[in-house]
Amino acid sequence: MLAYIIRRVINSIITLLVVTAVTFAIFFMVPKLTGSDPALLYIGKNSDPASVQGIRIKLGLNDPIPVQYGKFLKGLVAGRDYVNGNDITHCPAPCLGYSFKTDQEVTPLLVGDLSVTLSLAVGAAILWVLMGVAIGVLSALRRGSFADRGAMTVALAGVSLPVYFTGLLASAIFIRWLGWLPESNYVPLTQNPGDWFVSLILPWVTLAFLFAATYARLTRANMLETLGEDYIRTARAKGLRERSVIGKHALRSGLTPIVTIFGLDLGALLGGAILTENVFNLRGLGYQALTAIRGNDLPVILGVTLIAAFFIVAANFVVDLVYGVIDPRVRLA
Amino acid sequence: MSIGTPASRPFLEVKDLTIRFETDDGIVQAVTESSFTLEKGKTLGIVGESGSGKSVTSLGILGLHRTRSNAKVSGEIWLEDQELVTATDEDVRKLRGGKMSMIFQDPLSAMHPYFTVGSQIVEAYRVHHPGVNKKVARERAIDMLARVGIPQPERRFNDYAHQFSGGMRQRAMIAMALVNDPALLIADEPTTALDVTVQAQILDLIRDLQEEFGSAVIMITHDLGVVAELADDVLVMYGGKIIEKGPAVDLFQAPEHPYTWGLLGSMPRLDREVRDRLNPVKGSPPSLINLPSGCSFHPRCPFAERNGDRCFTEIPLLGGPRHPVACHLPEDDRPRIFQQEVRPNL
Repeated sequence: MLAYIIRRVINSIITLLVVTAVTFAIFFMVPKLTGSDPALLYIGKNSDPASVQGIRIKLGLNDPIPVQYGKFLKGLVAGRDYVNGNDITHCPAPCLGYSFKTDQEVTPLLVGDLSVTLSLAVGAAILWVLMGVAIGVLSALRRGSFADRGAMTVALAGVSLPVYFTGLLASAIFIRWLGWLPESNYVPLTQNPGDWFVSLILPWVTLAFLFAATYARLTRANMLETLGEDYIRTARAKGLRERSVIGKHALRSGLTPIVTIFGLDLGALLGGAILTENVFNLRGLGYQALTAIRGNDLPVILGVTLIAAFFIVAANFVVDLVYGVIDPRVRLA
Repeated sequence: MSIGTPASRPFLEVKDLTIRFETDDGIVQAVTESSFTLEKGKTLGIVGESGSGKSVTSLGILGLHRTRSNAKVSGEIWLEDQELVTATDEDVRKLRGGKMSMIFQDPLSAMHPYFTVGSQIVEAYRVHHPGVNKKVARERAIDMLARVGIPQPERRFNDYAHQFSGGMRQRAMIAMALVNDPALLIADEPTTALDVTVQAQILDLIRDLQEEFGSAVIMITHDLGVVAELADDVLVMYGGKIIEKGPAVDLFQAPEHPYTWGLLGSMPRLDREVRDRLNPVKGSPPSLINLPSGCSFHPRCPFAERNGDRCFTEIPLLGGPRHPVACHLPEDDRPRIFQQEVRPNL
């Protein structure tokens, strides 16, 4: 088991290294190929040549690409100093550089955004798992019933409708027409937990609706498949109550694939829920990503990409470990 | 029917059991008016091809069609003095795994992959012994694993089904089926998925355990060798119907239905010349949705032409002076046809 974990950790680190290399290459080489100059993006188009040259030296843009990449990696692990003669700026690890637009350090900026995204993603995840799995299981047990068909129709709508439609519709209904929820912007959890909760209800529900729909369909399909397995017939042949047959034997295998999907979905979401964050004006990673892309803010784009990649790799790692625990057949593989 | 005294009732009596499944393609006539009896300590072999209704019959006895909303079961199943077709779900559930239990064909898929073998046996025991604590149930399970010949049962208790070899897995399955001392044991092709050497061990095991527990056993198989070795009585099923039944000795020495003759011809034998080929029953099993008219075996029967139109139009009924056979061949001609025309070619 320990050897397995070590192997997986090494795999994950290699994957992350490859991701840094690819993103670094794309974000710092593409401007070169298209003829735009990162130094000009940073300092502005109408600057005097001397300042531009200074920036080039300070950011290390004159170095060969591999050297730049090496410095970037060192910054991530140990922090780095940007030096231009006597002008030294220290960037502590994990250093993602400075925003071209605001000159702020990227790492603290993204950490602040991450707390918003985390609030959104985790709350929505709890909602969608509970709803999706419950609806999926009930649908499978009442296959072909009116409730099953109704739930699956709603689920189809949930999968098909984009967040910017359901989000705006939900806002219109619950804030404008019914007035059940106040029109509020995001409030940090540390500032006021009650307001934090209220401000996130609609984003949670909107995002959860999209995922719950997928989970309901997936759970239903898994449960139906499991219910047809020989070992379910064996469970019944042993004289188990239907409650145990479904609640223990069928759920155990029916939900195992859901664990995988859930880990990966949550991991992907932690890198930013671009649409939901923008619809509800939540300043999370997704919002930051969109702003950075619009403004050609290369260090921020690179930072968001790396954080997103980190969460996906981490989620994969966790899912593999959890799978080893819940599926005994994987353990020794 | 209610006049029958309990003393005269056989241990298991199945009367006119009919099982239908309503599907989008039509009604599947899985079992049609099957009747048979079985006494304690005896073994009944049910033989037939895939889709002949043998497994559906056994699942019907256990009441496992009740969870399928498209299944229609009629007729009577008496287990001692209890009728099972009209019994409540809860009453049948209490019998299942307790008084009557089943060994399934493929123990790898019939055991839950995520629970240890031991815990699955414990579960089977405790559902029928609600007062028993976990430790006692665990000891009982280990004892059963030892009795079916699994070495190091304390250690194997914590293993999963995929960690067992095929033969050991089937032994564990048998331990699970026998953990509550069932009076009726149904074995649905218990050796089909196993090596030939292991097959013999498993059959010996079932026979030994039957002697020890005094259970009645229904052995479902398409392997006549298994039936010859274990069964006291035999049912031959074709197209959901019993077409011949009687003591095993009679069915092997003097079978009367052309389909049974065909089954004997398709059995590999060591005393056969190597260059002789097997004589399988030609053609394929009938569709249970669109059964052939008349005798459902007529499209594959080499003797159907001898009876004029009867085989094509009239459903033969079980009957006969020696043992029940459903065939239009003249009763007195069947032994002669078997002896003179069929046996020399077997």
